[in-house]
Amino acid sequence: MHIPDGFLDGKTAATAAAISVAGVGLALRQVRRELPPRRVPLLGLAAAFLFAAQMVNFPVAGGTSGHLMGGVLVAALLGPSAAIVVLTAVVIVQCFLFADGGVSALGANLLNMGIFGAGGGYLVYRMISARVRGLRGQVAGVAFGGWFSTVLAAIGCAGELAWSHTVTWSAGFPMMASVHMIVGLGEGLIGALAFAAIARTRPDLVAERTPASGGALPGGVFRYGMLVAVGLAVFVAPFSCPLPDGLEAVAAKLGFEGRGIPGGAHVPVPDYRLPGIHSAAGATALAGALGTLVVLGLALLLGHLLVRRPEENAVKDSKQDPAQDQRC
Amino acid sequence: MLKDWLGHHHGHHGSPVHRLPAAIKLGATLVLIAGTVLLPWAWHAWFIAVVALLIVAALLSRIELAFLGRRLLLLSPFVLGVVLVNALQSSVHARWPALAARSGICLFTVVLLANTTPFGKVLGVLRSARVPPLLVTTLALMHRYLFVLLDESERMRRARASRTFQRQRRARWRVLGTVVGQLFVRASARAERIYAAMCARGWK
Repeated sequence: MHIPDGFLDGKTAATAAAISVAGVGLALRQVRRELPPRRVPLLGLAAAFLFAAQMVNFPVAGGTSGHLMGGVLVAALLGPSAAIVVLTAVVIVQCFLFADGGVSALGANLLNMGIFGAGGGYLVYRMISARVRGLRGQVAGVAFGGWFSTVLAAIGCAGELAWSHTVTWSAGFPMMASVHMIVGLGEGLIGALAFAAIARTRPDLVAERTPASGGALPGGVFRYGMLVAVGLAVFVAPFSCPLPDGLEAVAAKLGFEGRGIPGGAHVPVPDYRLPGIHSAAGATALAGALGTLVVLGLALLLGHLLVRRPEENAVKDSKQDPAQDQRC
Repeated sequence: MLKDWLGHHHGHHGSPVHRLPAAIKLGATLVLIAGTVLLPWAWHAWFIAVVALLIVAALLSRIELAFLGRRLLLLSPFVLGVVLVNALQSSVHARWPALAARSGICLFTVVLLANTTPFGKVLGVLRSARVPPLLVTTLALMHRYLFVLLDESERMRRARASRTFQRQRRARWRVLGTVVGQLFVRASARAERIYAAMCARGWK
């Protein structure tokens, strides 16, 4: 999902970079304020971990393979601000050291994987882990958040490419969304399994993030939510609004019309459209909502399957406490 | 195997391109990429000049051309994919040659930068460019332990392969999840040791 150089035009790259810089700046400030000094090295190690974990391929239907993005997993373990800093480091190293993802597209890649992936995914994770108590809720949250963040990042990517007239929305969106709705299942499953494995071997690492004060959100989460909303409003909303001609009119007025085929005019019948509904946009939205609900159900089920006895973990946690004190 | 294609080529430290200050190389990279991405395709002179400059730099750096070619091919599947979609789609306004050329030039530039400039030097430039120290520290630690953790995951893979007798489809996912989880546990244990070592050496 790393966008290379040359795929985004100036305005898209600059807008995405502006939103990303705001998000990363916010995250850095938050981390400096909240993170105890003993966890500073953990940021670098978590970034190295994520890079290594992204090398682990998992099979996707049809013989292809996907790899972990890991934003939500890290966000669940370290908190959203730290996760955005970690993702930023990963994307920068991938860009400059391994030429994976373009320099001019750095802002867009940060937006997709850091702000949408870690920030947006974490919001969903919190929503679930606040409703379903204990480790079960956390595992289900990581599973659903992982799926959600993958799809969100893919939609953001499609929006940015469409804004740059590289791949039209009508071609890019169905492809990116449908492929990543499947890849995201792998992301969610691996993330949840990894989270459960960490909870088994080192419950203290997981417990540290469990908020003591009920449903209180850690600072900055609402601001990340705002940034995600701004990003979606800028890059996705213009295409998914029911009046696609608006964009064409603007494009024609600004003299872009020769540069590409503005999207939305004729959708090449996405195969997940539901029968009996005539509006293409409505059908797509309904199909998407149904798919989301199914995945949410699967995530909750996974939480129950992976965490058999929640009370056993509670006992483990209390046993772990003296050791934890000693370590500190 | 993994490290073969991730590893960098820092064999010839003596070449003029390697000796150039990192700040200049980084700045030049940014200018070249910005120009290549932003300038209209009609400015053929710019694109030809950039390619010529890059070829001269590549020859001066004395990196084997086969190595550079392999690296470029390895990194281009996504570019090729989108170019293909584009080529099939827009029959009237053929934009894909420009797209392929732009991406290719930028890829070449970054690969050349990465293989002639140690990452530590790049971090030094970032530090003097007032990038927040927390981010630079994170980048530095990530770069330091990147290959350590890649080795660690390779060791875990080998250990698992030598002890597992059959591969089951359902167990595969559980194994992948456990490996990722274990890797994080080990990384965080390492981070604790690093912090202890940093404190022992007078960090703050």
